[in-house]
Amino acid sequence: MSAKAKIIALHGGLLVLLFALQFVLPAYHHGNLARIMVLASYAIGYNILFGYTGLLSLGHALFFAAGMYGMGLGIQHLGLSVAPALLAGIAAGAVVSAALALLALRTVGVAFMIVTLMFAQAGYLTVLYFGEYTRGDEGFVIQQAQRMLWGIDLSDATNRYFAALILFATCLAVSLWLVRHPFGKTLVAIRENEERVRMLGYDIFVHKLVAMIVSGTLSAAAGAAYGLLFGYAGASFASVQYSIFPLLWVLLGGAGTILGPFIGTLFMFYLIDLSSGLTSAYMLIAGVVLVLLTLFAPQGLVGELRNRIWRWLP
Amino acid sequence: MNLLSTHELSKHFDGLQAVRNVSMDVPAGQVRALIGPNGAGKTTLVSMISGRIAPSSGQVFFDAANVTALPAHARIRRGMAYTFQITSVFERLPAGENVALAARRHLKGAAVIEATHEALERVGLQSLIDTEAGDLAYGHQRLLEIAMGLVQRPRLLILDEPTQGLTDAEITGFKKLVRDLAGKTTILLIEHNMNVVMETADQVTVLNFGEVLAEGSPEEIRAETSVQAAYLGTG
Repeated sequence: MSAKAKIIALHGGLLVLLFALQFVLPAYHHGNLARIMVLASYAIGYNILFGYTGLLSLGHALFFAAGMYGMGLGIQHLGLSVAPALLAGIAAGAVVSAALALLALRTVGVAFMIVTLMFAQAGYLTVLYFGEYTRGDEGFVIQQAQRMLWGIDLSDATNRYFAALILFATCLAVSLWLVRHPFGKTLVAIRENEERVRMLGYDIFVHKLVAMIVSGTLSAAAGAAYGLLFGYAGASFASVQYSIFPLLWVLLGGAGTILGPFIGTLFMFYLIDLSSGLTSAYMLIAGVVLVLLTLFAPQGLVGELRNRIWRWLP
Repeated sequence: MNLLSTHELSKHFDGLQAVRNVSMDVPAGQVRALIGPNGAGKTTLVSMISGRIAPSSGQVFFDAANVTALPAHARIRRGMAYTFQITSVFERLPAGENVALAARRHLKGAAVIEATHEALERVGLQSLIDTEAGDLAYGHQRLLEIAMGLVQRPRLLILDEPTQGLTDAEITGFKKLVRDLAGKTTILLIEHNMNVVMETADQVTVLNFGEVLAEGSPEEIRAETSVQAAYLGTG
């Protein structure tokens, strides 16, 4: 089987499995998996910038929240229906990520991390400042009646699962297409040796700019979907915690791998879920497992798989 | 007609004058060697020509246009190619992908694969196409650098000490490669191996302490006593 056929079989297989699982999973895990697929879409967006381009952002919550509030405020205050509200969320993410990229890409390395972190904090404080509209920390609920897309009730568990799966499949396909496209290969080269890419005649700034916009837009799509599917938008999604989460998921799953973000999100979600069922000191268990993983699988779960067995993994 | 000209090009790093008022003209199709003792400013000079570093003063003309203000990637797009003195390949990518990256800037699809194979074959690395560049022997990494330069089909190829670390057989291959390119591609060659210079260069420019010490055919340079002094350190 050619590498291309294997890649299609593996990723297509995962999507088919996720599709089939919803008929057999008990309600609790069914709901979890829907949530995981949306969060994994966020991680996929993050991975494009961090895993493939080599830019470590600590401010992706800004994009996630831009999507969530672009959608949520549109519904709440402008009376938008679901489809235009979703588009508004995605557009907000694209605009915010382009604006931040123009500023933050003037810096590199640690300075880039700090600048993205600071702008995300500014975004978080902005959400709190305009509490009159955003309801700040408390957030606001998006009512069932406001979550009807073309007559489909997105608050229904089955519909929600399908919507999450469609989002996840789209993000997965976009990232897979991107990294196999010459543009994505150039991003990987920039991660590996930026100066050499520049001296091959590529415009580094334009490449990083596009990578950041794609990354931010996918993150915003996940943020908008999260608010819509779970019926709530709140400032905590704009906090620094939500900038750290995708970094953690991607590192665990494998930075610079297509499936890493999903595996990392799934792993982390159930690690906390299961350990909190055992003890109230569940963060201790989670912490130990994370330390062990960094020691024995520094490339992340899928990264190790690629290093050891499946060299062809994208 | 000159493909490349520099006009009074200078660079100083704080107090250190690395290159001082270098003016030179390289006609299209010529193989120009740039020689001089260590620290003479050769790499600094070609870095200013390719746009890696900005000159303190002076201008660079490429194909009759003033390119002094252009960023490096824009100069490369106009037809320069630069190979690094300190090997700078993509260590975690296969040799073939290293060359393909260089090819994809001006080619698409199947043409990329074809050009990649051709360039690797010219430097004798075709059998190592799937080997990660970081696993290649040092000399092979140097050859990979050259292949990355060749595949861009540049009008001006800047080679910074390409034969460093090559075996005698590989150097022979390299000399043949340069002779094949001569006349079609303009080459600016920084080289310590005088044998390579004598056999491949049409013209030689000698730098010493950042200034042009002498310029002429390889034979003239060989006969020049000031050059011998600069190299041997005796008057």
